[in-house]
Amino acid sequence: MNAVFVACALFAIGLYGVLVRRDLIAILASVEVMIGAPLLLLVALGARLDGGAAVESIGLLLLVLAAAEAAVGLALLVLVARVVRTTRADELVEVGER
Amino acid sequence: MMQLLDHAWVAIIAPVLAAGAIAVVGHRAKSFAPVLALVGALTTLAVAMAGVTALFQADPHGVGPIADGGWEWFKVGGTALRLLWALDGLAAWMLLVVGVVAAAVVVFSTGYLAGDGGWVRYFALVSLFTGSMNLLVLADSLTALFIGWELVGACSFLLIGHWFERPSAARAAMKAFLTTRVGDIGLLVAIAALWSACGSDSFAEVFDKLPSLPSPTVNVVALGLAIGAMGKSAQFPLHAWLPDAMEGPTPVSALIHAATMVASGVYLGVRVWPVFEVSAPARDLLLVTGVVSALGAALIATLQRDIKKVLAYSTISQLGFMFAALGAKAPVAAFFHLVTHAAFKGLLFLTSGSVIHGSGTQDLHEMRGLRRDMPLTFGAWVVGALALSGIPPLAGFFSKDAVLDSVWNHAPLAGGVLFVASALTALYMARATRLAFFGVSGADTHVHESGPSMLLPLAALGSAALVAGLAGGPVARAIGHDSEPLVPAVALIALGMAAVSSVAGWSMAPDPQADLAHQRSLGRFGVALANAFWWDRLVERSIVAPAVGVSRVLWAWGDRLAVDGLVHGIARLTESAASALRSLHRGDAQVYATTMAAAVALMLAATVWLGR
Repeated sequence: MNAVFVACALFAIGLYGVLVRRDLIAILASVEVMIGAPLLLLVALGARLDGGAAVESIGLLLLVLAAAEAAVGLALLVLVARVVRTTRADELVEVGER
Repeated sequence: MMQLLDHAWVAIIAPVLAAGAIAVVGHRAKSFAPVLALVGALTTLAVAMAGVTALFQADPHGVGPIADGGWEWFKVGGTALRLLWALDGLAAWMLLVVGVVAAAVVVFSTGYLAGDGGWVRYFALVSLFTGSMNLLVLADSLTALFIGWELVGACSFLLIGHWFERPSAARAAMKAFLTTRVGDIGLLVAIAALWSACGSDSFAEVFDKLPSLPSPTVNVVALGLAIGAMGKSAQFPLHAWLPDAMEGPTPVSALIHAATMVASGVYLGVRVWPVFEVSAPARDLLLVTGVVSALGAALIATLQRDIKKVLAYSTISQLGFMFAALGAKAPVAAFFHLVTHAAFKGLLFLTSGSVIHGSGTQDLHEMRGLRRDMPLTFGAWVVGALALSGIPPLAGFFSKDAVLDSVWNHAPLAGGVLFVASALTALYMARATRLAFFGVSGADTHVHESGPSMLLPLAALGSAALVAGLAGGPVARAIGHDSEPLVPAVALIALGMAAVSSVAGWSMAPDPQADLAHQRSLGRFGVALANAFWWDRLVERSIVAPAVGVSRVLWAWGDRLAVDGLVHGIARLTESAASALRSLHRGDAQVYATTMAAAVALMLAATVWLGR
């Protein structure tokens, strides 16, 4: 059960970071923290179940996907920073009123 | 010809369609506008001619309609609103009047209004007026009559205000509209009462049920009809709009404010005569208002300087004669006088238009010796003036004799007053004639005779004024009565008085200075006459000013505070709610994400809480 509490805490901390931090890099890092929560749950679940190796391998797959996602996110971030010369989320309000 | 009679409603439709066509194509082809208007007027004339011819061929005492028909407009519950028309003797003669005068006026206007900026609008409105007037005349149901009645009022308003850029014309149009509105309320009340009492709006059915109605209802209806007629026909105390209506173009004055629309009050009286026949109070009202208008307006006309004002007051006075005849139970005499009056007053107005066009002034004191420069116009004026003064063998002599005779026999006092008014008619016409056409003409060389387009209508109406006196018998038979023979005693007395007073009027004004001196010699009475008994000022102070005051209070409190406050309040509420909601949509992704997270959390909480 401890793993569930840790996973919830990880998700909440990540969400807080996404909502509160203004820097896009920090937000991306927070998203990674949030992804860690389900991963942890999968691993904990695999340890408890018979034949949990399959579940744990899904976790491994997700870990790779998360790494790929982080790479794509960073690439986008670099492009955005080149165009608008900022990495702050509250300055990226092109669609709204300024 | 029967074909035309069965479709007499084309007299309503054709001028209205012509008006629409003028409005659409008039600006592209300006010379086409009067042609279309003339087509409308001539259609009226054709239907009228066919009707009158049929009358001569028919049984002399046939009162029933020659042709009729109608449409159901719409139905509410069990009550149908019907637009019925009927061409009977009365309508045929009235149509003849409308057709002749309208045709003459359209032709005259092509000369009078040449080069006017409102040319297209003018002819469209004249044509629309003709159609509306025909609807009023041919109406066989209260609904149709009321629609025609209001449409001619609207056309009158628009045509008085033809030169609306002049504030005086705009004011005059407003005054005419509002004053006749007072009378229209009477008519509306009468129609509503009659309809609810009889359960039908058709004239024939209403008249059938009339004997079974209680006498108070009948009196309310008849008084309402009388008030409506008084407003339309500019009778005291609703008379003050007609002199101001002279701000409109002179041909309009001839058509609307002399021959047809103002006479429709009298026409209404004859049309609904069965109602007046059984209501003595309403007849007394007609008699009193007619006599007061006849005498008062004739007195005022004796000192007016504006040639059109003289004719306007004369029209009020002559309409007063007709009202008095209605009040004296003589609808035949009233309608006969309506027909002859339309001929010679239409003629006089068109003549005055020719005079104004040729001399460039409306002021009798500025016109001098016009008979040398405008001999044909002078001839037309003399015919009209003699007819109006009641000199035989012109039209006015016969019809006025019939009116005077019937009123004298009904109420000698009223008859006596009418004799005086009749004598005054000769007096003011003699004065106006001498001031305008006689005396030494000034150094003005710009005075010129009018062109053929204006002289031709004068000739047409002049011949009508010459022979309309013969119409007495046919008109009487057309509305189901025997013609009354000429009464020699009445005729001779009226003629003698007219002769004496025209000499007096002639000697009153050899030149403008003498005219002014004469007015001064009358002292306060002269001032009262020149100011039309201060009636305008009285109405201004006692009715207009209080009404404006009340309106101001209503505007400040009712409109600006309550209505505007409500409207602005709702707008402000919407705006502040919108700006509160707008702060959620600034484009900041993190605000969106927070909202989403909060919503999901709420939903989760709700699921947990409610799912227990």
